[in-house]
Amino acid sequence: MTPPRTLLDKVWDAHAVRELDNGQTQLFIGTHLIHEVTSPQAFGMLRDLGLAVRMPERTFATVDHIVPTDVREEPFADELADEMIKALHANCKQHGITYFDLHSGQQGIVHMVGPEQGITQPGATIACGDSHTSTHGAFGAVAFGIGTSQVRDVLATQTLAMTKPKLRRIEVNGTLGHGVYAKDVILHIIRTLGVNGGIGYAYEYAGEVVERMSMEERMTVCNMSIEGGARCGYVNPDETTFDYLQGRPYAPGADDWDEAVARWRSFASDPGCAYDDVVEIDAADIAPTVTWGINPGQAIAITEDVPHPDRVDPAGRAAIVEALQHMKLEGGAPIRGTRVDVAFLGSCTNARLSDFIEVARVIAGHRVAPGVHAIAVPGSTLVKEECERRGIDKVLLAAGFEWRAAGCSMCLAMNPDKLVGDQLCASSSNRNFKGRQGSPTGRTILMSPVMVAAAAVTGMVADAREVFGREQAVRA
Amino acid sequence: MSTAIAPIQTVRGRGVVVPGDDIDTDRIIPARYLRCVTFDDLGQWLFWDVRHDEDGAPTGHPLDEARHAGASVLISGRNFGCGSSREHAPQSIRRAGFDAVVAESFGEIFFGNATTLGLVCLTLGGDDLAAVARSVGADPAQSLLIDVDAATVRLGERVYQGSIAASARRALSEGRYDPLAELLAADDAVRAVAERLPAVGRS
Ligand code: SF4
Repeated sequence: MTPPRTLLDKVWDAHAVRELDNGQTQLFIGTHLIHEVTSPQAFGMLRDLGLAVRMPERTFATVDHIVPTDVREEPFADELADEMIKALHANCKQHGITYFDLHSGQQGIVHMVGPEQGITQPGATIACGDSHTSTHGAFGAVAFGIGTSQVRDVLATQTLAMTKPKLRRIEVNGTLGHGVYAKDVILHIIRTLGVNGGIGYAYEYAGEVVERMSMEERMTVCNMSIEGGARCGYVNPDETTFDYLQGRPYAPGADDWDEAVARWRSFASDPGCAYDDVVEIDAADIAPTVTWGINPGQAIAITEDVPHPDRVDPAGRAAIVEALQHMKLEGGAPIRGTRVDVAFLGSCTNARLSDFIEVARVIAGHRVAPGVHAIAVPGSTLVKEECERRGIDKVLLAAGFEWRAAGCSMCLAMNPDKLVGDQLCASSSNRNFKGRQGSPTGRTILMSPVMVAAAAVTGMVADAREVFGREQAVRA
Repeated sequence: MSTAIAPIQTVRGRGVVVPGDDIDTDRIIPARYLRCVTFDDLGQWLFWDVRHDEDGAPTGHPLDEARHAGASVLISGRNFGCGSSREHAPQSIRRAGFDAVVAESFGEIFFGNATTLGLVCLTLGGDDLAAVARSVGADPAQSLLIDVDAATVRLGERVYQGSIAASARRALSEGRYDPLAELLAADDAVRAVAERLPAVGRS
């Protein structure tokens, strides 16, 4: 009898080409995704080496990081950005790579496009020159971010030299409270295990809460695995996964469907597998969570106070002092009531249809507070169009949000959307690093989209359950 | 393609301490400097927003102190290089003249990217790291000697035992840290796997 195996074991073994001399695995990459920021240098390296793209049919491209979300006509006003998008156009054309360009109707943040098109499938290895590639793990894929030299390796060989990670199972059991979302779950996990707790690990998310989650919620959780130090995080594929994929452009067609589902199902971790570590989290302990500092682990429940440097272990004091200084927050004070300048609804963590549906539901009839600049940036063109079909754009516009075209936008501010000076941003994105949103002194507080909406309408960090009423904050 | 890469068995040079834990890749090189189609000019942007105030004036960052000029070993804290996958980060460190980073731990993608570029990442326990940082701060002129295979740092009379992942240690000291040549060598085996695992296609 074969011993029970995890999804990680099965996917790894299916894709292992051979063991390399240094003990790493030469791992076959089933699907490769590229975007304009980390690929042009890799194509340049190929050119210098005189190498071709080995399996162009396995690479898919889109453009997301640098695209303006207001005026999208080319050439872009920013010459450097324009040079990058031109490089992507040219490289895809030259090498015969499928490219969802700005006018394709399928463009968006690369981690939205893969799932929407049905390119992200269970049991695959997926690599992309972007750390949030962990998002695709929501489908039961082993998906991880890579550097540009590795993008070169995948282009040239369709393989990577990789070390198999250890595996930690994170079980979230019980029932989430009112107004508690997938974003709160992952912020809570990172807060609990630390921003470096996952180094060397892949995370397998499981338990009743994760099993009940929609694919969009699972993507939100897997997206931020890297924020906990884990390069890859996944959820075992199940009916929710298969239902999501059925009928998508690149998913198997009706004739092949049953076979594909049987194969996908076979990748799920067997009952009784051994894990390197197991962590159990009680859903009842998870509150709407916000960050107060300069990394995603510096997070507290909305009802808690910001840590006071004098009331913590001296070893952690310097980090707290540094974070408080940057955030201009007072140690020991409540986070609630902190004034907000910008509200950003967007990013590959939370710019999916369900996020906008939920925000529209609670914000209808409210107005963005005076002085708050609120922008809503759908993660993909398809999300944008679907929101518009449902009139969600109208609700957000009526509330005082700007409604933009798809891209990364203020998540990392490589396009014109940036914080100015020390503006404080309530953000549905995934990183609150110093300078992340485009201004070196800019400040970011991460939270769920509904909490961003609450911050936008009150002009301060607020408990959405109070702002929108307990009933309204109950998930549909 | 050429497969000759010089083995890296030792790194010798002066150190500079950039204190702090969880120094992320956005801090190492801010996103606005990622707008480039080659890595050639990235050295100048290393830690830019920490080294300059809002008006662009130098802030007196350790990297800009005259006593640390020419340092080639960067010393920092825990979880160095966490955050994004941008290879721009180790590229900018490398192109700013560094051959090694010594820290308590590293972001995983950063570690892999750095190793591929031959930038040695050595992990040192917290107390030893603090001792090295103190010593370098007190006497920046002294030279550190990193032995890659032994994963040690020699500083004056003292030898500190650190660690480097075995695969990286071997790859560096045997001159195989850029895996491309080895990956290219197994094309038949790759094809066999590809045939077993068809590409996703439009249905
Ligand atoms: S939305 Fe943000 S985190 Fe996601 S891919 Fe774009 S820049 Fe990266």
